[in-house]
Amino acid sequence: MRRVSTNVLVIGGGAAGMAAAVGAAERGVKVILVERDDRTGGVLNQCIHNGFGLHFFREELTGPEYAERFQKMLTEHNIDTILRGHVWKPLFDENKVWVITASGIWEISYDALVVTTGARERPFGALMIPGDRPSGVFTAGLAQRFVNIENRLPGKRALILGSGDIGLIMARRLTLEGMEVVAVVERLPYPGGLERNVQQCLVDFDIPLLLSHTVVRVEGYPRLQKVWIAKVDEKFRPIPGTETPYEVDTLILSVGLIPEVELFEGSLDIHPKSRGIKVANTGRTNRNNVFAAGNNVVIYDLVDYVSREGFMAGKHAAMFVENPDITKELKRVPIKTGENVAVLSPYWFEPVEDLRLYLRVSKPMEDVILRVKPSIYEKRYERVAPNEMISLTIKADRVSEETDRIEVEVVTNV
Amino acid sequence: MKVVVIGAGVVGSLVARELVRHDFDVTIVERMPDPGMGVTRANSAIVHAGYDDPPGTLRAELCAMGNSLFQNVCEELGVEFKRTGSLVVAFNDEEKKRLDRLVKQGEKNGVPNLKLVERNELLTMEPHLNPGAVAALFAPTAGITEPWMLAISAVENAIKNGAKFLPETEVIGFETKGGRVRKVITNSNSIEADIVINAAGLFADEIAELAGVEHPPIHPRKGEYILLDKAVGRIVQRVIFPTPSEKSKGVLVLPTVDGGTLLGPNAVDLPREHKNDLRTTVEGINEVREKALLLVPDLPIHKTIRTFAGLRPETPQKDFYITAEMKPWGFINLGGMRSPGLTASPAIARYVVEYLIEEKFGIKLQKNEKFDPVNNRINHPTAGSVEKWDRLIDEDPSWGRIVCACNEVTEAEIREAIKKGARTLDGVKFRTRAMFGRCQGGFCTFRIMKILSEQLGVPIEEVKKSVDGSWVLDGHVRSDNT
Ligand SMILES: Cc1cc2nc3c(=O)[nH]c(=O)nc-3n(C[C@H](O)[C@H](O)[C@H](O)COP(=O)(O)OP(=O)(O)OC[C@H]3O[C@@H](n4cnc5c(N)ncnc54)[C@H](O)[C@@H]3O)c2cc1C
Repeated sequence: MRRVSTNVLVIGGGAAGMAAAVGAAERGVKVILVERDDRTGGVLNQCIHNGFGLHFFREELTGPEYAERFQKMLTEHNIDTILRGHVWKPLFDENKVWVITASGIWEISYDALVVTTGARERPFGALMIPGDRPSGVFTAGLAQRFVNIENRLPGKRALILGSGDIGLIMARRLTLEGMEVVAVVERLPYPGGLERNVQQCLVDFDIPLLLSHTVVRVEGYPRLQKVWIAKVDEKFRPIPGTETPYEVDTLILSVGLIPEVELFEGSLDIHPKSRGIKVANTGRTNRNNVFAAGNNVVIYDLVDYVSREGFMAGKHAAMFVENPDITKELKRVPIKTGENVAVLSPYWFEPVEDLRLYLRVSKPMEDVILRVKPSIYEKRYERVAPNEMISLTIKADRVSEETDRIEVEVVTNV
Repeated sequence: MKVVVIGAGVVGSLVARELVRHDFDVTIVERMPDPGMGVTRANSAIVHAGYDDPPGTLRAELCAMGNSLFQNVCEELGVEFKRTGSLVVAFNDEEKKRLDRLVKQGEKNGVPNLKLVERNELLTMEPHLNPGAVAALFAPTAGITEPWMLAISAVENAIKNGAKFLPETEVIGFETKGGRVRKVITNSNSIEADIVINAAGLFADEIAELAGVEHPPIHPRKGEYILLDKAVGRIVQRVIFPTPSEKSKGVLVLPTVDGGTLLGPNAVDLPREHKNDLRTTVEGINEVREKALLLVPDLPIHKTIRTFAGLRPETPQKDFYITAEMKPWGFINLGGMRSPGLTASPAIARYVVEYLIEEKFGIKLQKNEKFDPVNNRINHPTAGSVEKWDRLIDEDPSWGRIVCACNEVTEAEIREAIKKGARTLDGVKFRTRAMFGRCQGGFCTFRIMKILSEQLGVPIEEVKKSVDGSWVLDGHVRSDNT
C-alpha cells in the first residue's frame, strides 16, 4: 500500500470538486483530488450543449468547455489529480481514505476532507413501474454516453419520462441525431427543467410535452415495444381509463437525481428529505474537518452555483488546515424550512461567512414574499416555481448575534 | 454412456455435475445464453430448513437432504451460502397453534434444532420485527444463497470435468427407436443420447410431450419481488416468514447474500400459455409492499432498486414430478420443481444418479477418477483484505480499475467472467454483480459493453443484454454518418 498525506483531500472531480480543489489551493495548502472517471468534469463532460457559465464566467459555454476552464486552474495550481481512483473506505476517525487505482491502493491521510461526489440518476428499478424488463430502457445519462462518446443511437423511436433538464436536452439531441422522440412525459403539472430548455428543446422541435402524465407499464421482450402512459391525479395516481400506448423501442428516463452519499452514511449527517449531506454555509458537515458541496448536498440546476459552493467548501477546508482551532468556538445556527419551501440548503449558518441560500418552493405561486426570519431578509417575487431554484446571498452581519434559529418561508403577498 | 441434460437451471446443472463424477459423456442443452436464467434466476433464494412439506412427499425428503448437502456443494463450487436461520412469525394464538404443527411436521421430516421462541426473545433477535408478533418458529438450519451462481458454477465445473455445454440451443424434438431415445433434436443440431434428463423447468411438460412421455401439465404461479439497496443495512438478520397458508409460504422479508433486502413473493396463478410472463403488476407489487410492511413496519421502501417477478412451475399434484421412464427407456423427468426445488437440487442430483440411473435403469456407475469438485469463483477483492487486493493490482493493474462503482466490481472480474463464458450484459451481471447495485448499471453498462465488445472481438452494437433480440444499440448518430 502506498501512503501519502495532504492538507486537503477532495473526493469527486466534477464541477464542485474541481472548484473545491482550486478554492483550497488558492490559499496555499496542499490538495489532492480523486476522481473515479477517466477525466475530471463529471456530468459536464456529457453535456455538450450550451448554457454553462453565465453566472460564473459571464459567458455561455458548453459543459466540456466549462470543465476545461477548471481543468486549467487545476494545472495552474499544481493540484495532484488521481484519475480512475475509487475511494473504497473512508476512515473518518483516522482522517484517511483508501483509494483503489490501477497503480495500487493508496492510503491518503488528510487534515481536511471535501466530499463532492455528485448525484446519480434514479434508475428504472426504483420507479417500480410494472411490466416487462426488456432491453431498451436507459437513464438519460447512459443514453448520453452512448450518443456523445460512442456515437451510437440507443434505438429508433423513443419516449422520454421526466422533464428535468437532462430529459429535455436529450429529446433535442436524439432528434438531431436521427431518432424520433414521440413525447416527453412528466407527472407534475409543470415541467421539471428550466423554461428556456422547454422552449429550445421541445417547442422548437414540435416534441409534445405531456404534463400530469406518467408511464404506467412497459411491454416487450426481449426488446421494448410499447410504453403505456396515463394521466395522473394531484397525488400522481394514474387515472383509470386514460391509458394510451406508444409504440417505441426506447424509453429514456430523466426522473431525478439522487445524491451519491452511501459511502458516508453513518458518518455524515444526511438530510432525511433531500437525502443530501447536511452542510453549513461554509460547506462544513457535522464533522469539523469534513466539508461537502455540489449535488451530493442538494440538487442544483445551474453548475455556476455548484462551482461557487465548491469554492467555498475548499476555502473553508483550507482555513481549517491553517487553524484547526477555529472550530473551537464555532457558532452554528440551524436554518429551518418554513411554509412552501420544499428544498433548502444550507442546513446551518456559520457567521464567519455570508449566507448563500438555495431553495425550491413546493408549488408554483405568483406574487409572493420570500422571508428569512427573524427579520433578516425579505424579497418579493412575481412568480416562483419548483423547477427554478432560488438563490440569494445575505451578508453575514445581517444575522444578529442573538439569532439561534433561522427560518425561510415563501408566502403570498398580502 | 451418453447423457443429454435438457435445461441448465439449478436442477439440470447440478445433475450434470453429479453425472461427471462418473464415467458419463454429458451434454447440457440450454436455450438461454447462460445457465440459471429460468426459474432459477428469480426466486427467494432460500435454502429451506424442511418443515413446510408433508412427510412422505418427495419434497419433504429431498428438501431436508438438500439442506444438509448445501454447505458442502457451495464450498466446492465457490457459491455463497449463509446459514442465517429462519423465523416463521405468528401474530395470534391461532397462528401460534399452527407453529406447533409445523414443529411436529419438521421433526418428522428430520429437521434438526427447531425451536419455538416467545415474543421477547424474538424481538431481541429481530428488533425491526412488528412488535405485534407473539411467537415464532426458529429454524437455525435455513439459509440464503445465490441460485443462478449455483447453476453457473455447477455448469462450469461440469465442463471442467468433461461435459459439453450448448447455450442458446433449444430442444425441439427427439428421435426414438426400439423403445429408446436415440437422439435429441435441437434448433441447431442433433445429439446422440442413451439417457435424457428433462430438467426444463416451466417447460418440462412440453419436453415430455415431445418425447411422448406423460407429464402433468405445468402452469406458472407468479411471484413478484421488491429488492432494497444494500445501503439499508441488515434490517433483518434472518429469513422472516409469516405463518404459511395453504397456497404459499406467504410474503417474506429476507436478507440477500450480498447485503440487500428482498421482499416477496406474492402468488398468482396464470394460465399455461403464460410461461414467459415475467411482467410485474401494480397489484402484485402493492401486495408485496403491504404484506412485507406487516412483518417489518419500518422497511425503507424508497430504497427500492428493482422490482421483478419469477414463475413457479406448478402441477396439480403439488409434489415434484420425478420419474424414470421405461418407455421410452432412459428418459428421466425432473418436473414440477416448485419451492423447495432450489434447496432440494443437490439431493435431486444424487437421487437421479444413485437411484434412478443406477437402481432403476440398472446402470453400473463407474467413477471418474479425474473428477475435480472445485470451481474457483471469480475473485472479488472487496471481500478480502486491502493487502491482498494491493498485491493483485501489482500483478495485473486491471484489478485496480473499478468498473461497477456500486458493487465495486473490477475490470479484471469482468474480463474473467467473459473468459468463463459470459457473452452478454446479463452474463456479466449474474457472474460478477456488476450492474446489480443501486444505480442498476447507469454508470457502468457502457464500460462493460466496451469490454465485452473488445474481448469478444465484436462491434459494440452487437453486444446484447441477453437473448437474441435484446439489442442495446442501434445505428450510428447522424452527425457521424455525414
Ligand atoms: C417465486 C419463486 C420463489 C421460490 N423460492 C424458493 C426458495 O426460496 N427456495 C427454494 O428452495 N426454492 C424456491 N423456488 C423454487 C426454485 O426456484 C426452483 O425449484 C428451481 O429454481 C427450479 O430449477 P429448474 O432447474 O428445475 O428450473 P429452471 O431454472 O427453470 O431451469 C430450466 C431450464 O431449462 C431451459 N429450457 C426450457 N426449455 C428448453 C428447451 N426446449 N431446450 C433447451 N432448454 C430449455 C430453461 O431455459 C431453463 O434454463 C422458488 C420459485 C419461485 C418461482
